[in-house]
Amino acid sequence: MHPAFSVIFLTTLIGVGQGIFLALFTVESYAAFGLLPVQEDSYYAIGCALSLLFLIAGLIASLFHLGRPERAWRSAAQWRTSWLSREVVALPAFMGALALYGLAHLIGFNPTLTTLPSGTPVTVTLILGTGATLLAFALFLCTGMIYACLRFIQAWHSPLTVINYVLFGGASGFTLAAAHASIAAPDLVIFLAGWALVITLLGLTGWLASRTRNTRIKPKSTLPTAIGIKHPHIAQASQGLMGGSFNTREFFHGNTQKMLQGLQGFSFVCAFVLPTVLLVIGLSSASSGWLLTAFICQYAGLLAERWLFFAQARHPQNLYYQAVA
Amino acid sequence: MQLALVIDLNVCVGCHACVINCKEWNTSGTAGPMTDLNPYGKDPTGTFFNRVQTFEVGTFPDTEVVHFPKSCLHCEEPPCVPVCPTGASYKRVEDGIVLVNYDQCIGCKYCSWACPYGAREFDETQRVMKKCTLCVDRIYDTHLTEEERRPACVRACPTGARLFGDIHDPASEVSIAIRESGGYPLMPEWGTQPANHYLPRRKTRLRIRKDELDRADNPLKIDGQLPTPDRTAPSLDDIASW
Repeated sequence: MHPAFSVIFLTTLIGVGQGIFLALFTVESYAAFGLLPVQEDSYYAIGCALSLLFLIAGLIASLFHLGRPERAWRSAAQWRTSWLSREVVALPAFMGALALYGLAHLIGFNPTLTTLPSGTPVTVTLILGTGATLLAFALFLCTGMIYACLRFIQAWHSPLTVINYVLFGGASGFTLAAAHASIAAPDLVIFLAGWALVITLLGLTGWLASRTRNTRIKPKSTLPTAIGIKHPHIAQASQGLMGGSFNTREFFHGNTQKMLQGLQGFSFVCAFVLPTVLLVIGLSSASSGWLLTAFICQYAGLLAERWLFFAQARHPQNLYYQAVA
Repeated sequence: MQLALVIDLNVCVGCHACVINCKEWNTSGTAGPMTDLNPYGKDPTGTFFNRVQTFEVGTFPDTEVVHFPKSCLHCEEPPCVPVCPTGASYKRVEDGIVLVNYDQCIGCKYCSWACPYGAREFDETQRVMKKCTLCVDRIYDTHLTEEERRPACVRACPTGARLFGDIHDPASEVSIAIRESGGYPLMPEWGTQPANHYLPRRKTRLRIRKDELDRADNPLKIDGQLPTPDRTAPSLDDIASW
């Protein structure tokens, strides 16, 4: 497939946004049970603003993918059948819940609604945060399923697609949350950087699993099934066009195998290996510089990873364009 | 009803008349324009609903050239339709034609990813997804004669390689062709149930035994009056009256 930067930025940016929020709410939940020190409302409010910033940036990036962005509102219509439509519903829903959660913290509106038998107070922000958490995971599911539901693109048609979207978004979000905490709430750095480390390593596992799976894929469609002629030797003499076409642009990345391998190495090092090292350094030194570097490095690595996610997916229509394939 | 094309690969000569007539009709019809960008420049590109590709099967000298026209197959289980976020892509209940509503399409290209056949093309000028309509603006037009109420590609084919009709009607020309001439769908492994079918190459061989060269029931022979000229005599067209 041809990797579209609009979609690469959309999926990576909203992943970071979701991850930051999940980190914030993890902190608040732990604090509610007395497992972490209680943070000031401003910490959550600024964290939410940061998360929203990434989500809005992702939303803007997505508009560049559309031929007719002015009609984008129409895309919520088919949520019954289309995962893309579901994502279009889930993204603003999550952003709304996130904004309410941040607003409640900003204005300090946090009355206790009820108290659990254990004595833990259930506050408004905990309820809002739980809702937003569910929506964040719903959004991850929708984003991943947009690709995983296409059974023809065998590289994507796997639960690993959804799992990796969650893990990569979570890892980058928690890393940025750790960098944020190193400035705003230093007592959380070890907790957040620790989790960022765990999710980054889980992400690496998912990444390796998906690589291994994809190198072993046996294409279900072949040239004989594509044109219905059962013969081992079929050569394409003409593609039905002299110049380019949508089919030869949209489904091919046009780069060499060497370049893909190089990028694969880059994403392995930048998205997983270096952030692990930098997070360990940041964890021990609690320095915001190291943690911020870890995030920037990981985000760059994830951009490359997402580019490869598209470039390395083989579409069966490519069988009809052997000269380009 | 499920309207469809049946394309006879045994007959197609790869002349591209269907491609040209499709473009001519549809670029100025309701499905148009089918824009060509940079047509005389270095890197021309354009929108087509139908293309003819050519494949060489076998190794030289035992090869056969197969011309392969491909357009939207109007699948009975179209994978491109449910993924559309706006509902712009739809399959008509009454005749099974898969269409795009250009006024609703946001140009996200997701449907083209969901089509394993690469049948959909994004129009760079109108910025929406386009595809074969089976000439829906033609086949129901009562201003046209019955003969003309067929897709432009079918009308244009000089060899009659393209058949058009309802594959759900067992008595239709297309159903009979599929049934009796080994019609097959493309990439059946995905369960999309393409409505369009292809008829395979056929080998036509005439097998004549030696004893068939002489007509055993030749009445002249019975009468002992052998035909003239004699069997061994040279004839103009190699066909003796024997």
